[in-house]
Amino acid sequence: MASTDIEVSNPPEAQAADNRVSAAAAESTFAAENDSERAIPAIEFRDVHLSFDDRKVLNGLSFKVAKGETKIILGGSGGGKSTVIKLVLGLLKPDSGRILVNGEDITDYTEAEMMRVRKNFGMVFQEGALFDSLSVYENVAYRLHEQGIPEDEVEQEVRRMLRFVNLEDAIDKMPAELSGGMRRRVGIARALVGGPTIVMFDEPTAGLDPPTARTICELAIKLRDLEDVSSIFVTHEMNNVEYLSREFAAVNDAGEVIFEQEGERLCLINTKVIMMKEGHIIFSGTDEMLKRAEDPYIHRFLRGH
Amino acid sequence: MNIAIRSLLEVQETSLLVARAARRLFRRPSYINEMIAQMDVIGVGSLTIIILTGFFTGGVLTLQTFPTLKYYGAQDQTGYLVALSLVRELGPVLTALMVTGRVGSAISAELGSMVVSQQIDAMRALGTDPVRKLVAPRLVALFITLPLLTVAADVVGIIGGGTVATVLYGQTSGTFLSSVRYGITFDDMIGGIIKPLVFALLIGSISCYKGLSTDGGTVGVGRSTTSAVVTSSIVVIIADFFLAKALQVILDMPGT
Repeated sequence: MASTDIEVSNPPEAQAADNRVSAAAAESTFAAENDSERAIPAIEFRDVHLSFDDRKVLNGLSFKVAKGETKIILGGSGGGKSTVIKLVLGLLKPDSGRILVNGEDITDYTEAEMMRVRKNFGMVFQEGALFDSLSVYENVAYRLHEQGIPEDEVEQEVRRMLRFVNLEDAIDKMPAELSGGMRRRVGIARALVGGPTIVMFDEPTAGLDPPTARTICELAIKLRDLEDVSSIFVTHEMNNVEYLSREFAAVNDAGEVIFEQEGERLCLINTKVIMMKEGHIIFSGTDEMLKRAEDPYIHRFLRGH
Repeated sequence: MNIAIRSLLEVQETSLLVARAARRLFRRPSYINEMIAQMDVIGVGSLTIIILTGFFTGGVLTLQTFPTLKYYGAQDQTGYLVALSLVRELGPVLTALMVTGRVGSAISAELGSMVVSQQIDAMRALGTDPVRKLVAPRLVALFITLPLLTVAADVVGIIGGGTVATVLYGQTSGTFLSSVRYGITFDDMIGGIIKPLVFALLIGSISCYKGLSTDGGTVGVGRSTTSAVVTSSIVVIIADFFLAKALQVILDMPGT
């Protein structure tokens, strides 16, 4: 991240100073926008515990995702990463602790109340989780059809979303005819219908070839920088972290979306990383800090040995 | 957890699922189209196998009973016996078992696959209640089509029995039909309709529950499908006994 380029070491006092700087920067940004709502985190976990039978999956998890921020959750398989997303969506309930969405405590919400909250969410599943019996068009239109929106409006929105993921040609295909990458892009289009303010990605690039994985990351960057969406991006692939925390999307004079590396212009990329191990957070900060972290598990994770 | 507790837990979960489906049935948006589609798949789709099994069951009933009845000089009662067995027992039970094999397995495999491919989670994440969208329409479709299929099986079974009686044993169709009409009462028909209603509820709820509680990937789908068919079949046959007894008491049928 640009703001941490000047940092050379990572002792606690330096980290605290860095936090003060970013807090001050954040305050001035909010003051300029005059929007106190932005100070409320989009998602907040407070000391969340969860066990399946006698296996502890989450062990006192606490973190916040600020408005417009992308939070990358790293960690090995079975570390409870996907569980975090399911908890936010209310597909699972925690044993103890609180979960807040836009400042609203959703922990004890019933399924009916959660249905209302879920309207704010977009969810991208690991393999896309498209409905096999429905075409690409019907999949993307699903939410709108459920709301009884007139068909011409639905079609307009579906085409807009499919253009966003660059898949307008596949509109009449069935999910079985699509490649893995295309399925996931349709999944992203479906998640974005209705303009959610929070989008969650559950290992969206797992098992994809590098160019396709990059396309998925670019979509996440576009959402962050151009649509002001808060997101949780669960992954275990380091190149995703690289893309999301080094690049930003902008619109050039010709109106095209371009991706630039940080450093070419002054930028403040709004991406933070947390690393989970055995149900709790062992690291929280920027990608630069992650690289300098001394925890042996993080070392092994970054280098593979 | 031992088997008794686990079974009780499953009964409880299945009942809760049905209760939830029933409560949500009348809430908007209603999935009428989904229900009609399911009636087509379940009802119209099963008609061929029901007609085939019904016809040959009626036929074999005549084939086996005619000689025995003839021995006692009661061969003109064949229609009575065939119709009574079909309307009271074989029609409802055979239809329920055939539908379990064809529809129960499909329901639980479909829902199970949706669970393991996270489509159910996706549906919930998109703000749709899977119980209302998937379970309720299937239950309603079974509830409406199973009695109709049973009636079809009864009628075709009697035709099958009549065909064997006239073609193989040379009985006149008039004799056969009059003994059919003499044999079955209005109460028999009512009982023959009540049974499939109960069976529909059992097959539908067990298959949906087994499908939705699938875990363990594709192997899990196989497991829950097998379990749905086996459990539904056994429960149908056990329930048939108790229903038969209850109907005897309620409709005051002869106990033989």
